Amino acid sequence: MAFDYDKYIRPGKLPHIWCPGCGHGIVMKGLIRAIDSLGLDKNNTAIVSGIGCASRLPGYIDCCTLHTAHGRAAAFATGVKMAKPEMNVILCGGDGDGTAIGGNHFIHACRRNIDMTYIIMNNNIYGMTGGQFSPCTPTGAKASTTPYGNPDPAFDVAKLAIGAGATFVARGTAYHATQIDKLIAEAIQHKGFSVVEILDDCPTTYGRRNKFKSVIEMMNRLKDIAVPVKAAEKMTPEQLEGKVLTGVLYKQEKPEYTTEYAKVIERAKGAK
Amino acid sequence: MEKKLPTIEIIEKYCKGCHICVEFCPTKVLEMQGFVAAVKNLEACIKCMQCELRCPDFAIKVTA
Ligand SMILES: Cc1ncc(C[n+]2csc(CCOP(=O)(O)OP(=O)(O)O)c2C)c(N)n1
Ligand code: SF4
Ligand code: SF4
Ligand code: SF4
Repeated sequence: MAFDYDKYIRPGKLPHIWCPGCGHGIVMKGLIRAIDSLGLDKNNTAIVSGIGCASRLPGYIDCCTLHTAHGRAAAFATGVKMAKPEMNVILCGGDGDGTAIGGNHFIHACRRNIDMTYIIMNNNIYGMTGGQFSPCTPTGAKASTTPYGNPDPAFDVAKLAIGAGATFVARGTAYHATQIDKLIAEAIQHKGFSVVEILDDCPTTYGRRNKFKSVIEMMNRLKDIAVPVKAAEKMTPEQLEGKVLTGVLYKQEKPEYTTEYAKVIERAKGAK
Repeated sequence: MEKKLPTIEIIEKYCKGCHICVEFCPTKVLEMQGFVAAVKNLEACIKCMQCELRCPDFAIKVTA
C-alpha cells in the first residue's frame, strides 16, 4: 500500500527545492516513515536544523520545526530539550553544517548524551554554496576549493560520534531506502544522544566534478560500498577494503543529560 | 485466477526525471517519457515498492 506522506507534509510545500536525484528527499521520506511508525505526536516532536540544502528539511514537515543558524542545530535543539524534556527532539543537517562550522556543537552534544537524535546527511560536500570541500570530502576528491584534489583526510562521522560519547550510532545510505526509517526509529527510541549518518549524494556539486556520469552511478556506488555490520564479521580486511559498515554500529546505556540535570535541580532546591 | 494488478500513480508535477525509479525497478516496469517517469509494463510489477521508497521527490505511489 502506498505510504501517505501527505499526512506529514505542510500543504503546498511540494515539489521541494532539492535537485533531481538529490538523496535528501529519500532521507526525508525515511524520517517521515520513522515518525509514523513510532506514532509520534507532531505537536510534541521538534525537528531542528542548521543551514544548507539538507537543513531545508524541517520546513517541509508538519511538526514543530526550527531552521536555525549554520552549524547551530545542536545548540538550539539542546535549548528545546532542556526547556521541554518530554519533547522528541530530532536534528538534521549536512556534513558541512555538522562537522565543520558545527563540529564543536556536535561533539559536545555527543559528550553530554542528551536524549536527541541527529540525522547527518553526508554528501561529502557543501552543496548549497556550490561545492566547497567539507571535513567529509574524501582525500583526492575535487571540490570548487580543491580543484587539484583534496589533500585532507575525511572525518569518519560515526567514529567521531562514538569517540565523543554518543550512545547510539548508526549508518545507512540513500540507496538503502528501506533501512533508513528503521535506523531512525531505533535511534529515536534510544534514551541518549543518537546519531544516524546517512551516506547521501549531491549530483550537482559533487558528482559532476568527480566523474560520476549520473545520479545512477552515485547510487550504485552507495550500493557497492555498503556492508551490513553482520556481514562484515565474516569478511577479511582485504574484502573490507574501501567498504563502509552500515546498520547499528554502536549502542550503550549511559546516564542521560536531562535526567541528570533534573537531579541537579532537586539537589539545588534542598541546598541551604 | 487473474492476477490483480497494482496501481502506479506518477505525479508528473513532482517528478524531476532523475531516473532512479526506472533504473532500480527489478522488473523494468518503468521508463522515462521525456523528462518524467512513466509506466511501461504494469504486468511485470512485483509490488516491491522500491520505486516509491527511493523516489526523492514523492512522485510515485504504488497501491497493491
Ligand atoms: C555563518 C555562515 N557561514 C557560511 C554560510 C554559507 N553556507 C550556507 S550552507 C553552507 C554549507 C552547507 O553544506 P552542508 O551542511 O554539507 O549541506 P548540503 O548543502 O550539502 O546539504 C555554507 C557554508 C552561512 N550560511 N552561514
Ligand atoms: S546542490 Fe547538492 S545537496 Fe543541494 S539540493 Fe542539489 S544535489 Fe542536493
Ligand atoms: S513496485 Fe517494484 S516492481 Fe513495481 S514498479 Fe515499483 S520497483 Fe518496479
Ligand atoms: S524517482 Fe521520482 S523523480 Fe526520479 S524519475 Fe522516478 S518518479 Fe521521477
